[in-house]
Amino acid sequence: MSGTSYFSQVDSIEGELATLNLGPTHPATHGIFQNVLKMDGERIVSAEPTIGYIHRAFEKLAERRPYNQITPITDRLNYCSSPINNMGWHMTVEKLAGIEVPKRAQYMRVIIMELSRIADHLVCNAVIGVDTGALTGFTYMFQERERIYDLFEEVCGARLTTNIGRIGGMERDFSPGFHAKLKDFLATFPAKFEEFNNLLERNRIFMDRTVNVGPIAAQRAMEYGFTGPNLRAAGIDYDVRVMAPYSSYEDFDFIVPVGLNGDTYDRFMVRQEEIRQSLRIINQAYNNLPSGDYHADVPDFYLPSKEDVYTKMEALIYHFKVVMGETPIPEGEVYHSVEGGNGELGYYLISDGGRSPYRLHFRRPCFIYYQAYPEMITGSMLSDAILTMSSMNVIAGELDA
Amino acid sequence: MSLNNTTVLERIQEKAASLLIASGESADGMLWVSTTREQLLDLLNYLKTEETLQFHFLTTLCAVHYPDKKGAELQIMYQLHNWMANIRMRVKVDLSIEDPTIPSATDLWPTANWMERQEYDFFGVQFQGHPNLVRILNVDDLDVFPMRKEYKLEDGTRTDKDDRFFGRDGNYSQSFIQ
Amino acid sequence: MTKITEMPEGYGGEGFFATSLSKAIGLARSNSIWPLPFATSCCGIEFMATMGTNYDLARFGMERLSFSPRQADLLMVMGTISKKMGPILRDVYVQMAEPKWVIAVGACASSGGIFDTYSVLQGIDKVIPVDVYVPGCPPRPEQIIDGIMKIQELVKNEPLRRRHSAEYQHLLEKYQIA
Repeated sequence: MSGTSYFSQVDSIEGELATLNLGPTHPATHGIFQNVLKMDGERIVSAEPTIGYIHRAFEKLAERRPYNQITPITDRLNYCSSPINNMGWHMTVEKLAGIEVPKRAQYMRVIIMELSRIADHLVCNAVIGVDTGALTGFTYMFQERERIYDLFEEVCGARLTTNIGRIGGMERDFSPGFHAKLKDFLATFPAKFEEFNNLLERNRIFMDRTVNVGPIAAQRAMEYGFTGPNLRAAGIDYDVRVMAPYSSYEDFDFIVPVGLNGDTYDRFMVRQEEIRQSLRIINQAYNNLPSGDYHADVPDFYLPSKEDVYTKMEALIYHFKVVMGETPIPEGEVYHSVEGGNGELGYYLISDGGRSPYRLHFRRPCFIYYQAYPEMITGSMLSDAILTMSSMNVIAGELDA
Repeated sequence: MSLNNTTVLERIQEKAASLLIASGESADGMLWVSTTREQLLDLLNYLKTEETLQFHFLTTLCAVHYPDKKGAELQIMYQLHNWMANIRMRVKVDLSIEDPTIPSATDLWPTANWMERQEYDFFGVQFQGHPNLVRILNVDDLDVFPMRKEYKLEDGTRTDKDDRFFGRDGNYSQSFIQ
Repeated sequence: MTKITEMPEGYGGEGFFATSLSKAIGLARSNSIWPLPFATSCCGIEFMATMGTNYDLARFGMERLSFSPRQADLLMVMGTISKKMGPILRDVYVQMAEPKWVIAVGACASSGGIFDTYSVLQGIDKVIPVDVYVPGCPPRPEQIIDGIMKIQELVKNEPLRRRHSAEYQHLLEKYQIA
């Protein structure tokens, strides 16, 4: 039921509206955001969101860190898919410094990024299931996420906030353990994922709970700056990987799934299909993994190997300069965007030639599309509002930065 | 007509040359144009609605503080995107720190609402015509604009960390590369 | 033979077992804690993984999460607490009924973590008393479980009259609670 026809009756019942404070800590809102709702019984008449409860001043912090120390900050933007944030930042610096990354490193990056996209969408969809009462999918899919964490650990040593990759490529080649685990994952995950899908996709109760809940029209979504699965669920197939391919995405064959009317069911289904497409991309990238270097030959940015550091003078000096952040970087402004788990994650970097950025602005998709939340829930019931919020996949770290 | 930086600039200069002050190309190959705050909304509306240009999507907007450029300390950057032709561009406006007012773009793009609130919160830019210009990310009773260059990153009142240690005395970002 | 938990010291015989009341209550409390997951950021996702089937916090008796402070024993603060969030954290702590314990999971909750900025509270012990700190960014689920086991030790060995002691009252006064 749309909210517009309901609004005309609002004036006469103004005195009887209840004010409900949803948050900032609430079991069903996954993250810290507050919504002050005006309710007529169970129906929401208006909502006013308040955010900033986890504002950590990333943009100011980035002005104080050398370029390679900013990667851990970007980890904590959308922390469910931190490798995508890391790679986006590395590519931004590489764009500014004019570094060309070898093909093997690009394919490795694509594999890691698509694995993290699967992890992010698994969290979101499992949580949509939990909010409708289906806890089983959550428990099974989190077990699968542990396998993705194992893969990340093989590459960089960390599970969640990965700080993966380096400016110029990857920090190490894929170990034999990684190859074995990835092959196992690609062989067994699709079947488990289809089990999860079958629990919810054509489930009568789930569909009743999610169809026509929190819809947004495509034109409105575009005006609100939506990108990513939320926009694709509304029907527009804008995907940064196709529009402005980075890191060899143009080599891979994948479709961009779109929905029909931008409601919760469409968002759920778009993310499900994106997981399948990500698996397709990983298969293509892994089967065609080119041989070669896993990093570019840029001693100004990329640490030389330890054997060289202990024996050669230039390597020692480069090591010192990279670690202390004394790398020469050209002046100028660049903008680079990647397709994050939630949409176009952009980095606007202004460099003045110094050791840390002059200004680094993050174009955070969660922040931009959460503005539309009051409009999406007006006229719906409270439980629908909870479901709309969890289907939008609002990650507090990316919302507040 | 196919759109690239040259054709876009030609089109703007052909039809709306009075709205531009300067133009150029950034390090990432994007066209940038600059204008005054009085002409900003006209230029943005023109770029958004003109049938060959159609920069219908506002990707992001942000402010930058240049304390050394007296009279033009704050620069607001709007980044636009045309999905059909797949071309991006920037529009920049310079403001003085004594009078950081600029018209709001919320009527053109609803997405600018929170983006402008964020820049108000960080830099103190007053967007005129904004429906609800209050702080968004910082605490409501903060009386400074923390992203301006003169403010420290750290909270000066904390007692458990010693500022004399490396990089914490506020001079960290000076350029050592000459 | 499955071992459930250690028996407390006492004197037993055929059909009876005598121990002190505090030991029996400590045993019961420590193996049936109702946690309140106050998850704000990345550590919250590691907590979700700890609650998941691989690391399974439920086998420590924490099957039932309580999101209402009135029904919870253990406040698990996981993630960065900003200055905007501090008063809310305090409100949640004050609403919990005695006895209550607090575990600060992650570097941000313990000391502000990597975010030594103007907007982040440098450790939640600035607003509430903390029993166990779990460092890490984020800590692995095994580390979180280690912290939980330390809480269980504290709960098991806490004397029944501890909350009435002068020391505890002094601690609460320091934080201006009650």
